[in-house]
Amino acid sequence: MISLTEFLALAALLFGMGVAGVVLNRKNLIVVLMSIELILLAVNTNFIAFSYFLGNAVGEVFVFFVLTVAAAEAAIGLAILVVLYRARHTIEVQELDALKG
Amino acid sequence: MLEQLTPIHMIFYLFAFIAAASAVFVITARNPVRSVLSLVVTFFSMAGVWMILHAEFLSLILILVYVGAVMTLFLFVVMMLNIDREQKRSGYVRYLPFGLLIVALLIALMLTTVGSRYFGIERMPAPAPAPVDYSNISQLGALLYTQYVFPFEVAGVILLAAIIASISLTYRGPLRRKVQNPSMQVKANAKQRLRLIDIPSAPKPSRGES
Repeated sequence: MISLTEFLALAALLFGMGVAGVVLNRKNLIVVLMSIELILLAVNTNFIAFSYFLGNAVGEVFVFFVLTVAAAEAAIGLAILVVLYRARHTIEVQELDALKG
Repeated sequence: MLEQLTPIHMIFYLFAFIAAASAVFVITARNPVRSVLSLVVTFFSMAGVWMILHAEFLSLILILVYVGAVMTLFLFVVMMLNIDREQKRSGYVRYLPFGLLIVALLIALMLTTVGSRYFGIERMPAPAPAPVDYSNISQLGALLYTQYVFPFEVAGVILLAAIIASISLTYRGPLRRKVQNPSMQVKANAKQRLRLIDIPSAPKPSRGES
């Protein structure tokens, strides 16, 4: 059987990609939302791997709730994005500097 | 690791490679549509990894809900917004080395933490194979509907709040509803509400005339 280390390493890689997408992205707000989905996917993978190796199904229940909240977050985030595009006619991260100090 | 390269290992590494490669493509693709589609590929291969971990229900939920609903929503929004494809990427390169360094350090830190010293197959052995009549869905449902029934209902409320929020954010039609205007209500005084009119009363006809 595959060891827990390999699952956790894969999740860590995906988490790093998601963080890189949030930090390095200067272009498109949709890609930032997708990077957040990547981060949540990595977290869910961790939950499921520990749930399997510790023989405890509560981790899978938690993944269920994380999926629910992530779906709600994606829906509201995309709605805000559409409203933002109507107001500013851009979703470029660099252009959205109305709150700069 | 390599001396025990079973078929399940090869399946896992195939899925892991596809997931990591398409995750890289998600954040580097210029075209957002390609980015969404490679995120779909990532979700599919991670669903395969979850299937290896015996989380069948969640794996199928990941495909049905995420690929079927959430990523379709992303694709709709990307195509609806009509983003200019040939955007200049100024500022992307400027922070690129520093950002890559930070991310590489983060990944290296996590990889050393989850190394085989603590989570290897010797420290965390795989559990015994489940009996034949084991059902992941019934186990999950038994937990979800007994011990976690209140969080389950809260999750339903969260979804309802998401529906109301996204509809009310994006709705642009006429608002046909009767609402109070509080500032007008506060400004009202007694003179606007009650008007006394002095009407001269007509003389009463006397009975004896007719």
